[in-house]
Amino acid sequence: MGNNLVLIFGAVALFISSMVGLVYVPQILADKELVTEQYVPSNIKKGHKIYVREGCVYCHTQQVRPKGFGADFERGWGVASLPEDYKGLTPHVLGTMRTGPDLANIGKRQPSRDWHYTHLFAPESVSPGSIMPPFPWLFEVVDENRITNRKEVNLPGDFSIQGKKVIPTEEAEYLVDYLLSLNQVRTEE
Amino acid sequence: MKVRKFDSAAERRNFIDRDSSKVLLSFFTSGMIWLLIGSTLAIIASFKLHLPNFLGDISWLTFGRVRPLHLNTMVYGWASMTGAGVALWLLTRTLRIVIPIQKTILTGLVIWNIGLTIGSFQILGGYSRGMEWLEIPFSSAILMVVGLVPLLIASLTMLGNRASKHLYISVYYIIAAFVWIFALLLVAYVPDFDTTVQGGMNWWYAHNALGLWFTPICLAAAYYLIPKVTGRPIYSYSLSLLGFWTLALFYNWNGFHHLIGGPVPTWATTISIAASVMMIIPVVTVAVNHHLTVVGVFKRVINSPTLRFVVFGAMSYTFVSLQGSLQALRNVNEVIHFTHYVIAHAHIGMYAFVTMVLFGSMYYIMPRITGNEWQSKSRIKWHFWLSAVGIILYIVALQIGGIWQGFLMNDPDIPFLEIVEKMKPFLESRSVAAILLTTGHIIFAYSYFKIIKRDSSEKSKIVTQNFGD
Ligand code: HEC
Repeated sequence: MGNNLVLIFGAVALFISSMVGLVYVPQILADKELVTEQYVPSNIKKGHKIYVREGCVYCHTQQVRPKGFGADFERGWGVASLPEDYKGLTPHVLGTMRTGPDLANIGKRQPSRDWHYTHLFAPESVSPGSIMPPFPWLFEVVDENRITNRKEVNLPGDFSIQGKKVIPTEEAEYLVDYLLSLNQVRTEE
Repeated sequence: MKVRKFDSAAERRNFIDRDSSKVLLSFFTSGMIWLLIGSTLAIIASFKLHLPNFLGDISWLTFGRVRPLHLNTMVYGWASMTGAGVALWLLTRTLRIVIPIQKTILTGLVIWNIGLTIGSFQILGGYSRGMEWLEIPFSSAILMVVGLVPLLIASLTMLGNRASKHLYISVYYIIAAFVWIFALLLVAYVPDFDTTVQGGMNWWYAHNALGLWFTPICLAAAYYLIPKVTGRPIYSYSLSLLGFWTLALFYNWNGFHHLIGGPVPTWATTISIAASVMMIIPVVTVAVNHHLTVVGVFKRVINSPTLRFVVFGAMSYTFVSLQGSLQALRNVNEVIHFTHYVIAHAHIGMYAFVTMVLFGSMYYIMPRITGNEWQSKSRIKWHFWLSAVGIILYIVALQIGGIWQGFLMNDPDIPFLEIVEKMKPFLESRSVAAILLTTGHIIFAYSYFKIIKRDSSEKSKIVTQNFGD
């Protein structure tokens, strides 16, 4: 039966080594003050939740690689990401896939709230050939004469709907608040 | 413990196979249903990636929910349930003992299925936990973990009460796998981490789910089935042990190669890169053992449905692992990171390796636990070729496309939308592959439901024997 114990303890010990090394040591070394004690307004937290809910992370990263490693910087996606960029929000949205561009500094690159509404409602209307899915459930389509307290979404020619107008919902507002908050303050690495 | 005497090894095997049949069939049937669900989700997700408006108005079918659900149903439904069944069966054979606590295991499986079903609706409903491979919320994941407990207990009990003196290499892999998946889920669900540390944990987990759960089970199956069906002993036993321990040592340090260049400590990614390269040791030792055992009896491989699938899987394991070591290198990673190439790489692992080995194992196990034979030779052939051609198309299309995508993205003068446009034909090819694969699965499911329904009094031991199993 000696083999049984070698097997079980060996398997557990080797497992624990990487668990400590790759998960717990980085957690201990993480700079608490920079990361978790930032004040994050509730609309941004809600926007982050919607970003997670709609699975934007499956097509977009939020991790800019350092200058000289890939062309992230040259594409204008910002400077190398740091832990404090994420405002302590979890789940993390680092992402692993760039079907769409990195969004770490999208608030700086595309500061227009109206553009984001149009893009989220009908991505192809502003980015021809885009394969980003539309998110119409973040909007309300109402009669064009109805009086609303939110501004209507601009939809170019073909994408506008006869006799109707499109109004962002509260959720669309939160999501765009969040996108606009993705705004790396530093410009140097 | 009751000790039963048998006149021959064959009689013992028959007895044990009959005794385990209810438990194993429950695992296989659950796995089969999840496979069909997962395949449907795969087709929807794949089409959405080149036809973004397809089902575009339905929030719960948006790409960002269907794609993770595809992964979860395939991973925690199809591959985990079928894999657990195959693992239990391998333990009965290698330890020469029946499966204990069968009722508890079955109750566990029911709870696991309930957990995964609730979790699926939670993902579609927008309640995902948001991390890849860990989308299922705590409330339903806990049910899946509860379902795993009896498996851990059963496997350790079997190990303790074994009737075989010698521990065959497959046992090492399986016992370790049951211990590891448990530990992994615990770390992934219980503690809280800071954002970027959580990112690291996420990839440490996801890489290990493959490396410490599916890989060991499927290597164990290949280690058992290849010698069994070819009738030749494994090439080198001591190499196989070296392979196990080096896998246990290096694989679990690999996860951070998913975050090279990201906001995680550089030393951690460096360790992962080194460990990824070191994976060459376990992979080559396993490759020597698997491949040299079949050299010279290749005809047997072609004729046996089991070996066709299992050897295809074993070859894919060698390929995908060497590819993995290569793509962890910084200058290769610089190109392929964040591209479709990696998605294809993951499918060589989960499909060309894991799923193919599971198919092959089921072709071997099912006649033995049901007492029936596979009825149609041509259905097995169709299944094999649809799976093989489908996955090869998938891999070739997305890996070529992905490498190109990587070079285009690293050239800042090329507008992003142009890259999106150039990738479309590759994404369309993937949809063709998805249809081929799903057709294969439907054919397999049909054979499967035929063999479990068939009355064993009709004796037609034709197909399996003709194939040489
Ligand atoms: C199926 C993949 C996919 C999903 C899911 C997806 N996107 Fe996109 N996204 C793209 C693609 C492709 C582009 C580039 C073309 C374009 O501008 O539409 C893009 C572009 C963008 C841009 C503009 C980036 C720039 O540099 O101009 C923003 C902002 C954006 N997406 C936000 C989101 C948000 C928010 C979500 C989730 C609600 C999301 N995306 C989900 C694929 C996706």
